[in-house]
Amino acid sequence: MAQISAWALPASLALVLLAALWRRVPLFEVFVEGAKDGFQTAINLIPNLVGMMVAVSVFRSSGALTMVTHMLSPVFHLIRFPPELLPIALLRPISGASSLALVTDLFRHHGPDSLLGLIASTMQGSTDTTLYVLTVYFGSVGIRNPRYAVKVGLLSDLVSVFASVFAVYLIIGK
Amino acid sequence: MLNIIWITLMLFGIGYAFLTGHVSQLTSGLWDGAKAGVEVAIGLASVITFWLGIMKIAEAARLIQGLAKVLKPLARRLFPSVPVEHPAMGAIVANMSANLLGLGNAATPLGLRAMEELQKLNSVKDRASDAMCTLLALNTASLTVIPATMIGIRAEFHSKNPSEIVLPTLLATLIATTAAIVLDRYFRRRHADLTSDGQKGRY
Repeated sequence: MAQISAWALPASLALVLLAALWRRVPLFEVFVEGAKDGFQTAINLIPNLVGMMVAVSVFRSSGALTMVTHMLSPVFHLIRFPPELLPIALLRPISGASSLALVTDLFRHHGPDSLLGLIASTMQGSTDTTLYVLTVYFGSVGIRNPRYAVKVGLLSDLVSVFASVFAVYLIIGK
Repeated sequence: MLNIIWITLMLFGIGYAFLTGHVSQLTSGLWDGAKAGVEVAIGLASVITFWLGIMKIAEAARLIQGLAKVLKPLARRLFPSVPVEHPAMGAIVANMSANLLGLGNAATPLGLRAMEELQKLNSVKDRASDAMCTLLALNTASLTVIPATMIGIRAEFHSKNPSEIVLPTLLATLIATTAAIVLDRYFRRRHADLTSDGQKGRY
C-alpha cells in the first residue's frame, strides 16, 4: 500500500514525460512556459496567505482557538472527529488559500506526519474550493439562479470531510 | 463571506487576548503569522512552478484528448440532456479529462467553454440547467489522482513521508465525487417535479 503512494507521483511524472516524448513535444520550452504561470500563481498567493495566516495566528495566540476547541471537543469525540480539524473543514469550501493557511498552521504545531496532519492534508487535497468554482462557472455565463448546485456542492464537501477522516484511519491507521 | 470570517477571527482574537491578558503573545503571534504566510507561499512557489511546468507538458502531449475518448460513454450517461454530437459534450468530456489528470489550470477554461455551450441549450438564461448543475457537481468535488501541491507542502514541513497521503486522498476524493453525482441525481429528480416551466422535455 505504502509503495503505491510513494510511486504514484514519480510514475505519473515518467508517464507524462514519455507521452510527450512520443508526441515530439519540445519538452523543456513547454515546461518553462507552464512553470512561469506556476511561479506567478504562487506569488499572487502571498497577500492572501499573509492576510489569512495573521488572522489565524491572532486567533490562536490569544488562546481563543484552544477555548473554542475545548468547548466543542465533547461533541466531536462522540463522532470520532478531531475538533482541531473543524476550522479547516469549515473554511475549505470557501477559500482554498485560507484553509491552506490553517493546514500549515496545524503542521507547525502538530507536524505533517501526525494523525491530525495526515487528515488535514487529505481534507485539503481531496476536494476543490466549492464557492470559487460556483462563482467562476455560473458568473461566466450570467446564471443568477443556481438551483440545487450550491446544496450539492456543500453536501459533497461534508462527505469529503468525513471521507478524509475515514480514509486516513482505514489506510494509515495509527 | 471571507470578509466576515476574517474580521471575526481578528476581532474575536484581539478581544479574547484583552480579556485573558495574552496581549504580548498576540502581538508576537501576529508577526509570526505574517512571516509564516510569506514562507508558505515561497515554499509553495517551488512546488507549483515545477508541477505546472509538468502539467503544461501533459497538455502539449495531448493527454486530455486521449483520455476524452475513454470518458465519452460515461459523460453521455451523466449528461442525458445534452445531445451527443453537440459541442457542449466535447467541452464537458475535455473538462472531465483535465480534472482527472489533475490539470487544474487547463480544466477551468475547458469547463467555462462547456458552460458557454450549455447556455446555448438552456431555456431560461439566468437559471442553471440540469446539465450545468451536474457539471458544477463534478467540478466542485474535483476527482484528484495526484495531490501534488499537498505532497510538496508536506515535504516543505519536513514530513518523513510526504507521499503517504496519496491513497487516502484518492479514496476520499472517490467517495466525495460519487456522493456529488448521487446527490446531483437526487436533487435533479426532486426539482424536476417542482418546476413545470419547460425545463424538462426542452432538449
